[in-house]
Amino acid sequence: MRNSKPILLVEDDSVDAMTVQRAFKDLKVTNPLAHSINGEEALAYLKDESNKKPCVILLDLNMPKMNGTEFLKVVKADDALKKIPVVVLTTSQEERDVVESFNLCVAGYIVKPVDYKKFVEAIRTIDLYWTLSELPKEKVGDQNVEHETYIASRG
Amino acid sequence: MSNTKPILLVEDDSVDAITVKRAFDDLGITKSLVHLTNGEDALEHLENEVNNKPSFVLLDLNMPKMNGIELLRAMKTNPALRLIPVIVLTTSREDRDVIDSFDLSVAGYVVKPIDYTQFVETIRTINMYWSLSQLPVKG
Repeated sequence: MRNSKPILLVEDDSVDAMTVQRAFKDLKVTNPLAHSINGEEALAYLKDESNKKPCVILLDLNMPKMNGTEFLKVVKADDALKKIPVVVLTTSQEERDVVESFNLCVAGYIVKPVDYKKFVEAIRTIDLYWTLSELPKEKVGDQNVEHETYIASRG
Repeated sequence: MSNTKPILLVEDDSVDAITVKRAFDDLGITKSLVHLTNGEDALEHLENEVNNKPSFVLLDLNMPKMNGIELLRAMKTNPALRLIPVIVLTTSREDRDVIDSFDLSVAGYVVKPIDYTQFVETIRTINMYWSLSQLPVKG
């Protein structure tokens, strides 16, 4: 991506999470990858103001505690979080999951390819697209903007 | 793309619309492109059940009658339309426009490159991504 913000991966399967990490490395995607293992943990990450807001969220659907759809409902009802694009990354090809996700305004729904090379290509396409796309800048009042303003006003 | 539904282009600038069509042709994208010139006409088209729902919408922002943000707001409050992915394709780099668009859950915000070769690359990337992605409206 064009920015240095983290990408948040919400994924309970540790093998899948490692595969995403490996694909990032192979593609030289330099954004840090933050990893939460379920929706509840991801929400805690997003609400913790000491964490930088991610530029994009990669979201698995089937997870314990709080699944992807439940997570999406909370995020899209939250004014501070709803503008972060969420891309579903799942093994589910169920039409119901696709429709439900788009009803909750996801910005893409990618079925995880089983083959590693295809998986890397999928991540490459996601990275290309979200590098091309503009992303919402954090509003004034968000931590790092405030910090920059503070430095500027001192100068 | 994996289905045969049309792509809806909402764009008031006829030169820009021709450029998109030309890029589709040059890339060998065979999907049909439905073109409307403002938000009002687009909403009417989307709400008319006779018309096939598009697989996604490419949306300009600055348009007469009903602009892009107004169309987005209308689509996202309509249960039959809210699930259609909308990708903004505009000349505006204004932070306000980017934030308003993502607040209305756009599925991408792409600034139109002036150079034609770069424009084609942009359309190629959009097409690649939305070919990879599942879509809520099946062909």
